[in-house]
This record gives sequence, structure tokens and C-alpha cells, in this order.
Amino acid sequence: MIAALALPAFLTQPDVLFVLVAMIKIVVILFVVLTIVSYAVFAERKVAGHMQARTGPNRVGPLGLLQPLADVGKLFFKEEFTPDGANKVIYHIAPALAVIPALVTMSVIPFGGHPWLMVTDVNVGLLVFLAMSSIGVYGITLAGWSSNNKYALLGGLRSSAQMISYELAMGISTLPVLLFAGTLSLNGIVEQQAGFTKLLGVLPIPNWYVFTPFGLLAFGIFMITALAETNRAPFDLPEAEAELVAGFHTEYSSMKFGLFFLGEFANVLSICCIATTLFLGGWNGPWLPDSLKFLWFFAKLGVLVFFFIWVRWTYPRLRYDQLMNLGWKVLLPVSLLNILITALVIFWRGQSG
Amino acid sequence: MTLLFLAFAALLIGCALMVILHRSPVTSALFLVLTFCSLAGIYLLLQAEFLAMVQVIVYAGAIMVLFLFVIMYLNLKRDVEDGMPHVLRRYVGWAIGALLLVEGALYFGKHWALGASLPEPAPEVGNTAAIGQLLYSRYLFPFEITSVLLIVAILGAVLIGRGRVAPVTPREGGQP
Repeated sequence: MIAALALPAFLTQPDVLFVLVAMIKIVVILFVVLTIVSYAVFAERKVAGHMQARTGPNRVGPLGLLQPLADVGKLFFKEEFTPDGANKVIYHIAPALAVIPALVTMSVIPFGGHPWLMVTDVNVGLLVFLAMSSIGVYGITLAGWSSNNKYALLGGLRSSAQMISYELAMGISTLPVLLFAGTLSLNGIVEQQAGFTKLLGVLPIPNWYVFTPFGLLAFGIFMITALAETNRAPFDLPEAEAELVAGFHTEYSSMKFGLFFLGEFANVLSICCIATTLFLGGWNGPWLPDSLKFLWFFAKLGVLVFFFIWVRWTYPRLRYDQLMNLGWKVLLPVSLLNILITALVIFWRGQSG
Repeated sequence: MTLLFLAFAALLIGCALMVILHRSPVTSALFLVLTFCSLAGIYLLLQAEFLAMVQVIVYAGAIMVLFLFVIMYLNLKRDVEDGMPHVLRRYVGWAIGALLLVEGALYFGKHWALGASLPEPAPEVGNTAAIGQLLYSRYLFPFEITSVLLIVAILGAVLIGRGRVAPVTPREGGQP
């Protein structure tokens, strides 16, 4: 309050103050997210190394911890070129389009219980996430098209087909959570998952949706579709090196390639944040005092990101027809059935209680 | 609020104009995406958050991606001038445009007073639960009819897709 009094009168108007506070939060979260992303890349290389009985990067700084900085520096100093016959404007916009939606999603995620720990509590928070993930297709598709390269175009088309197919199953798999919570606000959904239930009267389990049968099924479907939405192995067909050279980013170099890399990991991070919020109880958890509960959020986030890396180095890539069959013939019907049964159960509970 | 409305409205009209004025189909499609996004912005200003987000998810995120997909698949670089003679097409365009302009002017002059451009948002409409309740009570019949219409469209698409494949298969049956 003392700080507010010292500010000029113009800055203390509620509207202006609101925008200022939001700006500060955005800058802080952007900084934190970008740091986490660069260390997620480092973690991926380390984990991959150990899974293949190597050590991974360990030369730059203690334990190789300065490797991300070195990588970014290298990317900035690489030669940047634009292919002949590329659609110049779209070619330059596409990398940004790959990053921005993931960062926008971060603005609705409640990192902790205090209002300072989320940018804004929109009452359609989940829809913002779905909207942004559907906008995310454009970056890759346009990059593939504008490069004027056959391999890039094929990669772009593959990715748009894949992302459209899996978006449906992903959106539908989140619906049982909505049915339970009765709200679209992510903060509201987290608050619904607070507290414990005694299983068989003895074992206390948290009220997270992943511990309900429907929530568990929905969580499984959500994680599979999340792998496909972020173009991660085993669903990384858009950039299958063996068939497509490198797919949609064949013609990109220097920091533009870096932006695609950043976009991929920012997407992984934002989708893991959403999974944590919807199914794993967000910042809810035992033992810690309320002011430190946000540590739970980051712990769960770390586990999910590790899961993504783990899967990538464990499973081989799917074939295109297998990918489409899995999406349309397995995941979509199962998630539709899941909604139906969840709705019936909630209806019966409402009737009896 | 008014400032934001003006900004979104200007963006909306500008992008809509670019959709019809630009020569390259892909760029036109991209401007259409921007048009939908600015329309979503206007919905947000009217406190219809659900509608705004669904606008982005359905139109910008799903329909336009499919449009782009088709345009890229056919690799249309420029719009092709064929079919109707160019001159005739231009005159017909002018005539229809003028007709629409007159019609619009008459309609808006009669029904809309300038000045009350922003309707007062009702406190509960725009809320997701309220939309759901209205859809499943007062507007149930139109809602169901729409879904039937969509199923008919899907069936039609499947039928057309099948019809094309069937005669081709026996002819190229010898190839692996």
C-alpha cells in the first residue's frame, strides 16, 4: 500500500493498476517458463544419455549445467537463410506462431493458491487452453507450406492431420473432469480437488481426479493425446527424419529453428501444466503450509515432463495408419463412452443423494 | 472499452477486406482466421466468454485448418481465371454488391439507431451454464435439428468420398 501511495495518481487508477500488475506477472512467468524450457531441453539430453548408458552433456559448467546457455548462444550466431521461392512473410511469422500459443496457455494456469501465482483466473480457462492448442497447429502447418520444399510440406500436412485428429479426443477426455467440477475455471477445478477421502475407512487418498476410475481413464487418454499434440515420440511423424529429412523445419536455421525447438518444449510444459491442474490436483498436496503449496505443482510438473522424456526414448515411432486408427477408432470412442458413464454416475448420485 | 471495441472492429473489417482482395488463397485464408479472432475479441467485450472461445476453437482452430489443409493439398498458388467470362463476372459482382449495400442501408436505417451500438449485456447470459441451460430447454429443438443437419453433411461427405474410390480400385487393382 505504501508503494501504491508513492506512485503518481495516474498509476493508482484500478484499470491501469490491473494492467500493470498483470504485465509484471506476465514478465515473471515468461522468464520462469523460458528458464524451465531451456532446462527441460538439458534434462532431455541428460535423461536420454543415461537411458543409453552415456553421461549426456557434462562439459559446460558444473555437471554441464550451463549447456543450455551455450546452445542458445550457438543458435544465435549460426547463419540464417531464407530459401528461394519461400513465401517470405509467412516463413518469418511461422516460428513465432509455434511458440506464442503455448505461452498464452500459461496465463490461465494457477501455479499456486495465492492470486499472485496466476496471471488471471478466467471463467473459461479450460477453453482458453483448448483454443490455444487448436491455434498451435498453424505454426507447424504454415512453416511446412511456406518453405517451398516437398519434405517440409509433407511434414506440415501430416502434422495438421495428426493434430486435428487428436485434438478431438483430447478435448473430449477433459469433459469428465468438467462434469465432476462443474466449472470451466482452472482455479475452481483445483479447489474442487482439495482434501482427502478415506479409502475403505483407513487409507487417506487425495481428492485428485486421477484417483477416480473415470478420472484415471481420462488422464490416460489425455496423456496419450498430449504426446500426439506436441509431436513428441512415438507420435513424431511430422519430423520423421528417415522419411522427411526433418519435416516442417527442414529449411529453418539459426534462431528460427531454435524457436521451433522452444515451441515444442513450451507446448510440452503447458500441456503438462494443464494435466497437473485437471487431474493431479494442481497445487494441492499434504504436509506443506499453504504458502509453499506451489512447490507441489512444480513437483508434479517435473514428474510429467520426465514421463514425456521417458516415453520418447522408450517407444518406436508409430506408422501413419496406426496413428490414425489409434486416434479415431480407439481414443475417441473410449473417451465418448467415458463421458457417458461419468454423466450417468453423477446423475444417479444426484438422484440418490 | 470503446477503444478496444474500435480496435477490434477496425481489425475485423480490415482483415475481412483483405480476405476478398488478396490474390493468394493461403493468405486470404489466414486473414479469415484473423477475422474470426477479432470477432472473438468483440464477443469478449460483450462478456460472452464462452462464445468467444468456441469461436476460436471451432472456426479458427478447426474449420480454417481444414480449409488451409485443402488449399495446400491442391497447391493453389493463384486463383485461376476460368468458368464465366471475366467481364461478365465483374459486372455481376458489382450489381450484387450494390444490391447488398442498398439492402443493408435500408435495414440498418430502419431497425438500428446509431449510438446504442453496444447492447447492455444481461448479467447471466454469456455465462457457460446459462448457455447450456438455454440450449437444452428453450432451444432444444433447433439444437437437435442442427445436429441432424451435421450428420447428414457427414454422411454426404462419406458417400462422396466412397463414390470416388470405388470405380478406381478395380482398375488399379494390379498395382501393389
